[in-house]
Amino acid sequence: MTEFYQDTPLRIADYEFSSRLLVGTGKYRDFDETGDAIAASGAEVVTFAVRRTNLGQSASEPNLLDTISPDRYTLLPNTAGCHDAKEAVRTCRLARELLDGHRLVKLEVLADDSTLYPNVVETLKAAETLVKEGFDVMVYTNDDPIVALELERLGCCAVMPLGSLIGSGHGIQNPFNLQLIIERASVPVLVDAGIGTASEAARAMELGCDAVLMNSAIAHASHPVLMASAMRRAVLAGREAFLAGRMPRRSKAEPSSPLAGRITR
Amino acid sequence: MQIQLNGEAHRVEKEVTVAELVEALGLAERRIAVEVNEHIVPKSSHLAMRLVEGDRIEIVHAIGGG
Repeated sequence: MTEFYQDTPLRIADYEFSSRLLVGTGKYRDFDETGDAIAASGAEVVTFAVRRTNLGQSASEPNLLDTISPDRYTLLPNTAGCHDAKEAVRTCRLARELLDGHRLVKLEVLADDSTLYPNVVETLKAAETLVKEGFDVMVYTNDDPIVALELERLGCCAVMPLGSLIGSGHGIQNPFNLQLIIERASVPVLVDAGIGTASEAARAMELGCDAVLMNSAIAHASHPVLMASAMRRAVLAGREAFLAGRMPRRSKAEPSSPLAGRITR
Repeated sequence: MQIQLNGEAHRVEKEVTVAELVEALGLAERRIAVEVNEHIVPKSSHLAMRLVEGDRIEIVHAIGGG
């Protein structure tokens, strides 16, 4: 990480990563911007969605997987848009076929379209099936520590509570719940959803998250490539601050300069 | 014969294979995954697998998402 301290890698399933920022590929203007922003973010893990092909598209039409090549990035197909366990499991099987046996997936089962809040009941069902089928499941969930631990017990390789609603940019609304999850979970904990700007990504890392996953905060910035760079630095800064250990909070001031030797008395 | 392709009715030759359908759609060189009646058809089976009337085919690919 720096000359002062060598950070341990982020370990998810059998993978090891040096970047603790994971990014999505949605909402960019075009594939060039997608590729430039992802490169600037330093992310090694990149998530994407699985959808029906447009029939009649020409074979020369650009393909997302040319921009985020599996040779360069660890791909994380997601189940965004799925509303029950069956759809999510089907989507993961398709993704595994699409990527020639790739097992790492991001499971998200959504409850309704205005909150995109996770449907925990269906998420638990899907997680159980996917783990049995040999998938490495990184799972989007709410910030309930009991649910997070249950997902871990089912065999998920990372739990990813929301900071706030997907795409809302409201940051981390319940840091206390997040801390409860971080304290109790043995698998990596990632904030997935809600990050709006760099300080919020740093905050997630300062709280002790293992990594952060984001999409809109970068893609919907006025200058996505610059924001991607800001996020890379924020995640690093937050991680270093966490490892360094913050000073205790005090209720009264404490001078930084010694009182002895002052010329005033 | 008629099949359901990505949720829509689609006419194809009788006993067309998955590989022939994919080719006819111009998707042969693309990264896709195919499902027939909610079962994955691995790439290794595209040449051999023949479709029948009423089959429900899904052909998917990767798109931007978070």
